[in-house]
Amino acid sequence: MFENLSLLALQQYWWFIVSLLAALLVFLMFVQGGQTFLFNFAKSDEEKSLMVNTLGRKWELTFTTLVTFGGAFFASFPLFYSTSFGGAYWVWMAILFSFIIQAVAYEFRSKPKNFFGAKTYEAFLFANGLLGTILIGTAVGTFFTGSNFSVDTVTNFSQWEHPAFGLEAVLNFRNVALGLAVFFLARILGLQFFINSIDDCMIVDRSRKSIFANALPFLIFFLYFAITLLIQPGYAYDSETGVVSMESFKYLHNFLAMPIVAALFLIGVVAVLGGIVWGMMDNNRYSFWATAGGTVFTVLALFLVAGLNNTSFYPSNFDLQSSLTIENSSSSKYTLTVMSYVSLLVPFVVAYIYYVWRSMGKKRIDKDELNEDIHIY
Amino acid sequence: MENIDFSLVDWSRAQFALTAYYHWLFVPLTLGITWIMAIMETIYVKTGNPEWKKATKFWMTLFGVNFAIGVSTGIILEFEFGTNWSNYSWFVGDIFGAPLAIEGIMAFFMETVFIAVMFFGWNRVSKKFHLTSTWLVAIGSNLSALWILVANGWMQNPAGMAFNLDTARNEMLNFWEVFLNPVAINKFLHTIFSSYVYAAAFVIGVSSWFLIKKRHVLMAKKSILIASVFGLLGALATVGTGDGSAYQVAQHQPMKLAAMEGLYEGSERADLVVFSFLKKADNPENRGDKEHVMKIQFPGLLSYLAYRDFDAFVPGVKDLIDGNPGQGIPPVSEKIEKGKLAIAALSDYKAHKDAGDVAAAEEARQVFDANFEYFGYGYFDDDVNALIPNVPVTFYSFHIMVGIGFILVAFFVASLIMTLTNRIARKRWLLIAGIVMIPLAFLAGQMGWTVAEMGRQPWVIQDVMPTMVAVSRINAGAVKLTFVLFALIFTGLLVAEIGIMLKQIKLGPKEGGE
Ligand code: HDD
Ligand code: HEM
Ligand code: HEM
Repeated sequence: MFENLSLLALQQYWWFIVSLLAALLVFLMFVQGGQTFLFNFAKSDEEKSLMVNTLGRKWELTFTTLVTFGGAFFASFPLFYSTSFGGAYWVWMAILFSFIIQAVAYEFRSKPKNFFGAKTYEAFLFANGLLGTILIGTAVGTFFTGSNFSVDTVTNFSQWEHPAFGLEAVLNFRNVALGLAVFFLARILGLQFFINSIDDCMIVDRSRKSIFANALPFLIFFLYFAITLLIQPGYAYDSETGVVSMESFKYLHNFLAMPIVAALFLIGVVAVLGGIVWGMMDNNRYSFWATAGGTVFTVLALFLVAGLNNTSFYPSNFDLQSSLTIENSSSSKYTLTVMSYVSLLVPFVVAYIYYVWRSMGKKRIDKDELNEDIHIY
Repeated sequence: MENIDFSLVDWSRAQFALTAYYHWLFVPLTLGITWIMAIMETIYVKTGNPEWKKATKFWMTLFGVNFAIGVSTGIILEFEFGTNWSNYSWFVGDIFGAPLAIEGIMAFFMETVFIAVMFFGWNRVSKKFHLTSTWLVAIGSNLSALWILVANGWMQNPAGMAFNLDTARNEMLNFWEVFLNPVAINKFLHTIFSSYVYAAAFVIGVSSWFLIKKRHVLMAKKSILIASVFGLLGALATVGTGDGSAYQVAQHQPMKLAAMEGLYEGSERADLVVFSFLKKADNPENRGDKEHVMKIQFPGLLSYLAYRDFDAFVPGVKDLIDGNPGQGIPPVSEKIEKGKLAIAALSDYKAHKDAGDVAAAEEARQVFDANFEYFGYGYFDDDVNALIPNVPVTFYSFHIMVGIGFILVAFFVASLIMTLTNRIARKRWLLIAGIVMIPLAFLAGQMGWTVAEMGRQPWVIQDVMPTMVAVSRINAGAVKLTFVLFALIFTGLLVAEIGIMLKQIKLGPKEGGE
């Protein structure tokens, strides 16, 4: 079945899968967003425990999505893996550090003799929520603004050409704006997740009231990024010769050339905004899902305009011709075909995730459950 | 290669090794204890006896503490292929990326999703669903071992691929050859069985402590029974597959085998060294500056184990470096020459192709194909000793692992007999031995990785890519700094983990079960 697809079609298919994983990851970062509320939000230790335990049942899903996103990117576009991870060293290392400390924090926080004390683990969770979201958003920003690297024409070995090894990305405000937009969106999703899963009217009310203060900065940063995206020049390539050149209004053109993607984007943005407004208005459990669905659509659309329609998804400002495109950075046709068969497993994975999420989430979590004989964080 | 920064290479290696060793502190316990938990929960569901539920939950708590830190070291390993071995990631990413991605899709999600049910679902889902989840956690974690070891096995014996001159990388030709690679399959089996041994030793050791303290006696005895059976089967399988591993090494990595055995000069009817000390040699002519003292050996057994033939010739370090015409082994200098021809032909090919000279490009391709077998050797210069791994480290690691392997078999036999005859609680020496087995089994595993990874040096992919070429070109200072940060943070977390574990063990299972 996949054997009959052209190499380009496989590359597009895999760009779609990577984009979808990225979109799911941003949605699942509601866990990180929720973690940034641990300090001032809870009025008692009990409330805090309730929040930690609610998020704690989902943290691994986000984590595993990140891992799988990395693995899938590696398998399908290895030149990106080698160029970006090996070059923008400090950004990725900082992201990784924030995830190391997250992974242990839930399990260790409430256990006796945990060496660092509960406060430290809560600080770990906070740091992960802050750095993880902002830095991942900033790193993705460079997909549109470019980085500084070169790729050797004979060996395809890459070399980073900026002494800050990736940290220079924060010097471009647009990257940071995207990072902050992701950060505030994750916080909003975190609040809506509390509303969705916690059976405690105090926390739920407080969550609802806190949405507005996060929605405002989110809107500012997101609109700033989205509007500049539509008017900025972009990195186009000629699929015959592979030559990369600047094209004005490239991303706007991409939306116009791919109306389905434009529709995804519009529906996504409307759903995010609608979900936020709904979440501010009442304590309905389901506003979370509106914002979540919208997030997935929007991020998916952003990734698709970054890589499809003859666009370089990882541009180099140092040497334009080193820019990565889905065509020059992908795996071989054979490997993409094999991996496409593997991708058929994805619907099964999504199905059991859905099933488990539902069976575990039927009843909301309340304070009594924290005294039951189950695993408590 | 032009200007290689060796301190960069060394720090990158150190960082990878640090992360891998830390990962391996936690992973083997997961791989084995999940089965033990699943078996216990099954007995609970079948019999309804709350004592089994209590035991299941107790081991689950310890598993949870261990699991979290295993996950946090794992994510670092995965991304380190990109951050620290970026040339590697391009050069073989077409093959190597696939198992990593499959691992995520097939194994990690399964593990993660059902762990949530296993921990938090006791009162939220049916007993059956809960039990199924526990089994799925065990299956998922062992599947993750499968895929990562397929990846690692491929590095030891690259198969199912061909070099593409246009992209300058190795590309997958046949997925099944990668997946069913005999090295990979054997490695998978040896590694998971050794992990079962470790987990069994852990369960027995902790239970022994309870028996010494006369606490939770019933649960401890039940746990020892299950773990002894599980451990004995695992230990026998570990020895069997360990022999298989050595056989594979002999076929595909003769230099590693020579290092494992400290065999400098090859011979027919080579002896298997049971133990010896390596001391500085008086005549370093044999390409090594070490020689054996106080050697205990089995005559001819190495030839048999390596080639299933007592008369077979086993090459030593000297044969592999200087060549041995009688045995048809070319000297390394010849391989280096051919490798250099292949590397030059690759550049020529590109140049001619860009210039549009099809005929010349084709000619370059032929030169390349004729010499590709030794491509990786072309990166070395005249110092042929650079192709010898660290013999003493490999040798001692190997012998310590094997020694412990046999001790473990004996231990599980004793433990099983004493349990079946219900004498275990009175055999204090055996209970103490049980506690000692935890660090021993753990040490064996770490030594095993040292053999596998140090013994293949200087290759990151056997004969295809030297470690020094694989490294990301960043500054060594950056890697040094992240190494220190990782060392600090992992060690801090390890200290915390051990504290929590010991405390949880002291607290013991929640009495009452239900
Ligand atoms: C409890 C742990 C444990 C025990 C008791 C043993 N092993 Fe082992 N061994 C491992 C744990 C391990 C491991 C950690 O799983 C390794 C590291 C890499 C690998 O493939 O498995 C390994 C590697 C490894 C290798 C190297 C494979 C390679 O380089 O690719 C050989 C030849 C053996 N083992 C042989 C043995 C023999 C003959 C044993 C016993 C008589 C033995 N091992 C006991
Ligand atoms: C260098 C190679 C390795 C890489 C890149 C790697 C990668 C990872 C990653 C990313 C995770 C976290 C997964 C999650 O999100 O749940 C993980 C956990 C795990 N890995 Fe590894 N791993 C490596 C070596 C190994 C080996 C050799 C084994 C077993 C033989 C193994 C078995 C496991 C298991 C069972 C887990 C579950 C967590 C735990 O219990 O520690 N890994 N690994
Ligand atoms: C978890 C158990 C593992 C341990 C303890 C381990 C140990 C080591 C050690 C000690 C080194 C450094 C060797 C040196 O001194 O140069 C190393 C390097 C390396 N290992 Fe492993 N390894 C493990 C699993 C794996 C697996 C499963 C893979 C592949 C999937 C892998 C891939 C590598 C790579 C790419 C390097 C760097 C290149 C090199 O220095 O040789 N390792 N590992």
